Amino acid sequence: MLYGLMAYFDSPEKLLKALRALKGAGYRRLEALTPNPVDGIEEVLGGDGRIPWIAFLLGVLGAGLGLFLQVYTTLDYPHNAGGKPLLGWPAFIPVTFELTILTITVGIFLVLLYLNGLPLADHPAVRAKEYVRVLLDEYGVFVFASDPRFDPERTRAELLALGAEVEEVRRD
Amino acid sequence: MAKEPHPDRDLIQGEWTEKSLVEKLLEPVEKPTPRPWRVVLAVGAALTLAWLYALFVTLTRGLGTWGINQPVAWGFDIVHFVWWIGIGHAGTLISAILVLMRQNWRDSLNRVTEAMTLFAVLAAATYPLIHMGRPQLFYWVMPYPTHMALWPQYKSPLSWDVLAIMTYLTISTLFLYLGLIPDLALLRERSQGWRRKLYGWLSLGWTGNAVHWQRYRAVYVLLAGLATPVVISVHSVVSMDFAYGIVPGWHLTVFPPFFAAGAIYSGFAMALTLIIPLRRWYRLEGVITERHLDWMAKVTLASGLGVAYIYLLEIFIAWYSAEPAEWAQQLWRMTGPYAPYYWAMMLINVVLLQTLWFPRFRHNLTWLFVFSILANVGMWLERFVIVVISLSRDFLPGNAQLYFPTWVDWTLFLGTLGFFLFGLALFIRIFPPIAVAEMVHLFHKLRH
Repeated sequence: MLYGLMAYFDSPEKLLKALRALKGAGYRRLEALTPNPVDGIEEVLGGDGRIPWIAFLLGVLGAGLGLFLQVYTTLDYPHNAGGKPLLGWPAFIPVTFELTILTITVGIFLVLLYLNGLPLADHPAVRAKEYVRVLLDEYGVFVFASDPRFDPERTRAELLALGAEVEEVRRD
Repeated sequence: MAKEPHPDRDLIQGEWTEKSLVEKLLEPVEKPTPRPWRVVLAVGAALTLAWLYALFVTLTRGLGTWGINQPVAWGFDIVHFVWWIGIGHAGTLISAILVLMRQNWRDSLNRVTEAMTLFAVLAAATYPLIHMGRPQLFYWVMPYPTHMALWPQYKSPLSWDVLAIMTYLTISTLFLYLGLIPDLALLRERSQGWRRKLYGWLSLGWTGNAVHWQRYRAVYVLLAGLATPVVISVHSVVSMDFAYGIVPGWHLTVFPPFFAAGAIYSGFAMALTLIIPLRRWYRLEGVITERHLDWMAKVTLASGLGVAYIYLLEIFIAWYSAEPAEWAQQLWRMTGPYAPYYWAMMLINVVLLQTLWFPRFRHNLTWLFVFSILANVGMWLERFVIVVISLSRDFLPGNAQLYFPTWVDWTLFLGTLGFFLFGLALFIRIFPPIAVAEMVHLFHKLRH
């Protein structure tokens, strides 16, 4: 069964050009695979601006939890420490701060995994024989065979015209 | 018009292609190990075993096996706790602050220094644990509902410490791991058998999807931004463990920046101690250039000057405050039985430090290596001065007693050093000591 076509480009500029052309031609189910972040990819594939907002909300949650924990436990077990006021808020700053950071850190890491669909057991593109090239120094586009516009011959011709080396990815 | 060459183009020296650069950077993992690696591993393993034995003695026979007494109830354990935590800080600073400042030279250094952070913080964390007396009850310091309806006292810096250290350990581990994920995917595709399986599990199935990369960068920079204040906060909190006390010698209100500066100083010194031999043994001169070492030396100098300034400030404040106990403590440091330690610290951290102003010293790798070790000794002496000398004499003459570490104290210290080396040696054998994906990205930026 044909999974799709893997196209290798030797520069990020070619990759961006190819992605634009493919999107323009109506392809929807394709992925760009690159060894490092490519500048300008958001304009083509769409960016994800959610991360900072999620982090902010996690921070608010963490700060709330940190303060609540200290206020609640202090009221639950009132203890006169060196004549300080019972709810002496300046003393609560360090713990609130650390718990805020801890909540954001752990939370945003899990959110990243969730948004990226990781951990991922298998991906058709990884079956490409030359797949390691896109982790090394080349820029790949994987066009899924399930794309409505996909046609083995025509898609291959289009990719070749964009200056790619093309490999078919099949299940053996 | 010809393109302007990149101002940082000499950060990667030599003739490379992306492929040959990757081959080079993966050598520590994929090629047979050089002989010094085996020596370091063996020494580390032997010391780790000694450490385990000393831990066993401590746990079975109790804290009486240590040299601590009254009034010096904090001895080597707290000296080394503070020392190790400080060493850990440079790793996070190199990775985090320099990411935020978009400094390209961090890319060659961040992985190995982050690993250094991880093992240093692990080594540090054992000290308060075994210092508790009843370490099996360590969870009493956590806030959890008990049948006794007791909660930790949040007005005590000791309870801040618990949360600060745990947060720091978590964030530095996640940061290190996040940075490793793309490299693990590359290693997965380049290896067979059980290694392929291990890297496959650890890489979480990273494919290099460009959209994933966008989110990954966003989270990476965010974690860097969060790690930066955490680093500062951790050592500030550690310093408040002292500054909250009434002991003369711990009165200085600049303790938080004092400790943070000392942490950066000793951390960069330890990074130099590790990177100079690593660079030679693995022939990494092309990617860890003289320029990198020069900058590290400059950061060491800058943070060391902060430390030196506060040493002098400490003397001035003790005199200017006219507080008899504080001034007596200062004189005790300078002329008492511990005076050689105090003056050795002054010699290294104030006098010898000044050599780093001069390029001929900074470019002399032998001196830089020797100085980096000396700086760590100097910072160790500083912790000794703060913890032990301050405690050994307070307000009452009857409270003056010296501290003599026992063999258990020494073995615990040498043992953590061994554990640190052992852990790092294994780390660079399993994970690339230089961030491959970032270096290739940098290479691309500089050459195209």
